Amino acid sequence: MTARLLLPLLLVVVALALVPAVVTSNVALNFMVTVLLIALVGQGWNVLGGYGGQYSFGHSAFFGTGAYVTAILQVRYGVNAWLGFALGIATGALVGAAIGAVSFRSGLRGSYFALVTLAFAEVLRILASVTPITGAGVGTLIKLDLRPEALQFQSRVPFYWIILALVAISLIVARVIEASRFGAWLVAVRENESAARALGVNATLMKVSAMTISAAITAAAGCFYAQYFLFVDSGIAFGPWISVEALLAPIIGGIGTVFGPLLGALVVKMLGELAKLVAGDAPGLDLVIYGCVLILVVAFAPRGVGGVFHEFYNFVSRAWTPAPTPMRRRDG
Amino acid sequence: MLSPVILIPAVLNGLLIGAVYALVALGLTLIYGVLHIINFAHGALLTAAMFAAFFVHRLLGLDPYLAAVLLTPLFFVFGYGLQRFIIAPAAHGEDRNILLVTLGLAVIIENGLLYAFRADTRTINLDYAFRVIDLGIVFLAVPRVVAFGVVIVVALILWFVMSRTDTGRAIRAVAKEKLGAELSGIDVAHIYAVTFGLGTACLAIAACLLIPTYYVNPQAGNAFVLIAFTIVVLGGMGSVAGALLGGLFVGVVESLSGLYLGESLGQLGIFVMFILVLLFRPNGLFGERI
Repeated sequence: MTARLLLPLLLVVVALALVPAVVTSNVALNFMVTVLLIALVGQGWNVLGGYGGQYSFGHSAFFGTGAYVTAILQVRYGVNAWLGFALGIATGALVGAAIGAVSFRSGLRGSYFALVTLAFAEVLRILASVTPITGAGVGTLIKLDLRPEALQFQSRVPFYWIILALVAISLIVARVIEASRFGAWLVAVRENESAARALGVNATLMKVSAMTISAAITAAAGCFYAQYFLFVDSGIAFGPWISVEALLAPIIGGIGTVFGPLLGALVVKMLGELAKLVAGDAPGLDLVIYGCVLILVVAFAPRGVGGVFHEFYNFVSRAWTPAPTPMRRRDG
Repeated sequence: MLSPVILIPAVLNGLLIGAVYALVALGLTLIYGVLHIINFAHGALLTAAMFAAFFVHRLLGLDPYLAAVLLTPLFFVFGYGLQRFIIAPAAHGEDRNILLVTLGLAVIIENGLLYAFRADTRTINLDYAFRVIDLGIVFLAVPRVVAFGVVIVVALILWFVMSRTDTGRAIRAVAKEKLGAELSGIDVAHIYAVTFGLGTACLAIAACLLIPTYYVNPQAGNAFVLIAFTIVVLGGMGSVAGALLGGLFVGVVESLSGLYLGESLGQLGIFVMFILVLLFRPNGLFGERI
């Protein structure tokens, strides 16, 4: 891992770290926390969907597991919030490994994999809406306890630092995967699984590992959600909304790239806020705009907003180069 | 607990509900069998059709069963246009993109309906909605019996279209061998759109059969879509007969697990079965291949 690879990452995180110094309004800070939360969920999805090419439609299974484990451990067993947070991530990773192992060992791929993840998320949602330990239909409320030991804070700024730290870790994870042998194997499986297998890559192991990491990152977002809003119910935790957010951010920002989910989350949430400004408080209109943007991105920028920037950058740098450089053919 | 007095009505009612499930699944499996895509907008399109049936009744005073005559061709054209002018151009023929485009459509339709009609749940009051047929040991709701009959007729018509008409032959040709069909002068883009239109038309009929006894809100169709996916996978993706049998089977499973596990866990039986089928027999109980 050279410094050159980590430098852009460092710059972005430092720039984001300066936000609370500039922005003081609670509304704006809240907005940034939401953006980073979606970026984290999206990065989780991106590890499996972007690098591994396995499109999950049920990432809410991991988000919800993280959220519920954090909440239930505190409320019902009196476990410390920080420990609950860590256990939530670990449980999410376990759930990811389990679902990944049964799905990939049965050879499910493409649409079938998408369907089975969706079904697992639905099963968890129904279970969470009836079992007493989750609070069934009422949900679980975490008691207000504004002490740092309880992972609750008077101001939103500490929450912002925490979610930013989590996003920074997820960016580093994505970067490390990209640069590692594991990442190369994973991309090989995405591009041509049979060929990768023929070359001796253990494709199932690669996919299950990617799903475990992916689930851990997404579960961390769930744990944070529970701690930030102090409330979880089955619709929030395991509902399809979070599964959609999880795939929308990386696809719009640039799938299979380190900064794609972050960029996508920013774009999607800004569009959502703009839509709310236009539509007042009309329910649904912001999601209509989401849907349109998703289709437009797939139609006109299959490599996401990041891809458009990249092409623009290449175009500008070519235009500014005095001598005609031989154009490399781009595959894609 | 296994007394036939409880069991027989549960099975019969399950069969009747299953018929409507089968119709929803028929549209899905038709689209999958020919276009080889999973249409994630299916549930949202069903919701749209249910709203259409509701408002045709509310505004024009048309009986839902008569509304089917009006809505079926309308939804055929709608589905045709969606595939021809939105899904196909936006997806560039890539499977993953089609998943995303249909997901995007689902989000747009569902939330468009939420925006237009709010989250209110609406129902129609019809005098025959609660009428029953007494078979001695079991009461059957009239709307469900009608729905069962209509589904059988629709399946027969669909079978006739697929096996006896030029369009049907062209659809089967494209499903089997796309390139060969194209080389023999079949307009593949047109056939794709026709198939999508047929699948959507099935939804319009299903909506008209559901609306007398069911409610409608912007999420109403979603309850059916995962069930339809289960049926399609169970019956083998692309198999019309599989969808019919699978639909009836799932109807009975839901009815029985509702009986033994309680109402809220009834659906759980379906999803667990779905996961098990996907894991152990992904080509379905009747299907030939993945």
